Amino acid sequence: MVSFMPSDDQKMIQDMARDFAVNELRPKAHDCDENDAVPEPVLQAGWELGMVNAVLPAECGGAGMERSAVTGALMCEELAWGDLSIALALLAPALFAYPVMEFGTDGQKKKYLPRFCEPKFLRATAALCEPAFDFDLSALKTRADRKGAGYLLNGHKCLVPLGQSSEFYMVYAALDGKPGYENVAGFIVDKGAAGLKTIEREKNMGLKALETAELKLENLELPAENRLGGDQGCDFKRSASLSRAALAAMAAGVGRASFEYARQYAKDRVAFGEPIAHRQAIAFMLAEMSWEADAIRLLSWEAAWELDQKKPDAFKEAYLAKLYAEQSVMWITDCGVQILGGHGYIREHPVELWLRNGRGFAVLEGTATV
Amino acid sequence: MIEFELSDGQKNMKKMINGLAAGLMRKWARWADDNEHKRVDEWVNFMWGALRGMGGGMGSLERKPKPAAEGEKKAKKVGSQNMQLAVMVEELSWGDGGLYLAMPFPGLGGAAVMAAGTPEQKERFLKRFTEGKPKWAAMAITEPGAGSDTAAISTTAVREGDHWVLNGEKIFVTAGKSAMDDSEGFVVVWATVDKSAGRAGIKSFIVEHGTPGMKVTKVEHKLGIRASDTAAIVFEDCKIPLDNILGDPEVKKGFRDVMATFDATRPMVAASAIGVARAALEEVQKQFQAAGLPVRYGAASNNLTAREKDLMMMEAQLKASRLLTWRASWMADAGIHNNMEASAAKAKTGRAVTWLTQKAVELLGPLGYSKKMLLEKWMRDAKINDIFEGTGQINTLIVARRLLDYTRAELK
Repeated sequence: MVSFMPSDDQKMIQDMARDFAVNELRPKAHDCDENDAVPEPVLQAGWELGMVNAVLPAECGGAGMERSAVTGALMCEELAWGDLSIALALLAPALFAYPVMEFGTDGQKKKYLPRFCEPKFLRATAALCEPAFDFDLSALKTRADRKGAGYLLNGHKCLVPLGQSSEFYMVYAALDGKPGYENVAGFIVDKGAAGLKTIEREKNMGLKALETAELKLENLELPAENRLGGDQGCDFKRSASLSRAALAAMAAGVGRASFEYARQYAKDRVAFGEPIAHRQAIAFMLAEMSWEADAIRLLSWEAAWELDQKKPDAFKEAYLAKLYAEQSVMWITDCGVQILGGHGYIREHPVELWLRNGRGFAVLEGTATV
Repeated sequence: MIEFELSDGQKNMKKMINGLAAGLMRKWARWADDNEHKRVDEWVNFMWGALRGMGGGMGSLERKPKPAAEGEKKAKKVGSQNMQLAVMVEELSWGDGGLYLAMPFPGLGGAAVMAAGTPEQKERFLKRFTEGKPKWAAMAITEPGAGSDTAAISTTAVREGDHWVLNGEKIFVTAGKSAMDDSEGFVVVWATVDKSAGRAGIKSFIVEHGTPGMKVTKVEHKLGIRASDTAAIVFEDCKIPLDNILGDPEVKKGFRDVMATFDATRPMVAASAIGVARAALEEVQKQFQAAGLPVRYGAASNNLTAREKDLMMMEAQLKASRLLTWRASWMADAGIHNNMEASAAKAKTGRAVTWLTQKAVELLGPLGYSKKMLLEKWMRDAKINDIFEGTGQINTLIVARRLLDYTRAELK
């Protein structure tokens, strides 16, 4: 039965995330962007609400909640509406924990998952993006060649959330340099491993509050047990898809934020004797911003639902959802600046931040997960 | 619970209609387009039989959303009429957008009677769809001088003794000739009983086929949906019984009631557009596949060929349009007021489908341009959806007013 009504449980998670976004994220967003930092107490507060570990199994200390990409999408949208940088920081540890939960060997689960149920926010992340204009998940340049029973990693990663401060990383590499999703493997790499270099913290156009870093991997040797899922490997298509659905949901949040702010501005701002919202050019832009944000949301929901149901089309759905979202959110956030005119260009208003962050969606892959 | 699975019943119905569309509708599609104004008897008779089997399609007309009170949303049982219809309409339109509109069916006229008619009127006007020969019903609103500004219509209805007398000219009446000349149908005519009262003076009147003083003066030659007759009707001292005024004359809010039917029908127009566009998309996919052109879902969007990116965006735009349309339909089923969402679905879909079908012709080069394929026809057929039942601009205006909480005076 087709339905657009969240269940009571879903609504509860959504409300929790929304309250957190309204009270903790939005008021801090501007300063975080100016100061290039996310305050520790915010990360800790989100951690304690179980944003990452609620779905981890009870035997590791998690709440054992059923993991649902749809519920995750609801949460991701609210958090991103609050602030995208802080949202990505809050959820970065899941980039490591969730693939382990889903694909890890028993040894990997036992070793790592309980850490995510400890009281303190645990810095962990995944390294996927690479610094090349033709970066392609399906053709990673970071490679993992077999060396004896283990692996040798070489490559260059960028846009790694919490990349400088993380304790361990899930690094994705192409087995023997071969292309294709089926040849992508995840590798658990500890901070301080020989051959792992974290380069200076990156400076980006947007997501400034989010600590991201470049990693260099130079002949980094790893034993077989560090490969995610051991010889079985992982379903990288699924991981990538979960990330895409999450990013699309976040784009809906950022788009909605821009629309709501621009709407209020247009109703208040008087020009030629009337609020500018009285003019069709502005009003029509707002109408379209609104239904585009709605369209992004619904596409992310459908993709998330297909992933939850393990439908055969889920990979394609998630891919298309993100493709649509990244273009549409760029347009929406651009309109947000445009409606505020000169004031939209000034950092006192959040619309320019949302435009800078909005452009990031086309670039981000594997930086969020439901 | 958020979910996107059609019920088994809906899936079966979709499959059945798809079979009908692929067989019967596609068979006649080109002929109907080339032979504008000629009826496709095989289609009409088959659908008439099917319609009578479904009780004259009355059930599908009971679609007016009943706004639920705050906090009551959960307690209500959610229906499925609108979703069902959205799926059906998409599938029929996938077959052929023009033939879908040419179906003998209560249509917009019937929907108005269902929405605002008295029980006696519903019996008198709608029973005919359950018996006898094929019939059509139409809705006549637009005039040469009044299109988007429906409140500016000047067809008059004057009470004279025990009759209403109608004078005026209506244009762009879908199925107007079928309803009034070619069958025992009727047309719902919007007329004013008091021009000085503006909106408040506008009422709907039902005019039976063959009424003296009513004349179908023209059928239009159109860009697309040529299988559907689009008529001009002139009313010259046309007398109709007093009880042909739609609804209870004591009830003041007639205009709003009928406008509310658009909340239910706009998503269906979007659904129809989606069907036509889907046919176009599938044709392009089929041609690319036959030519061995890869479409690499999962590749970095920057690395896609122009063709791949266009095709994928067509697919994504269609999905987005469908989801917005289903949302509006679901809201109607759930009794949630959906005025904004219905207009958003239609506005977005109208534009997306226009772009998609035009892009499809472009992508297939000379093949797309040729009448050897139905693709060029689908582009022409799709265009109407951004125009009728409220243009894209009007629907955008409605959405904007809702979002801004503005009246007509504040946002023109």
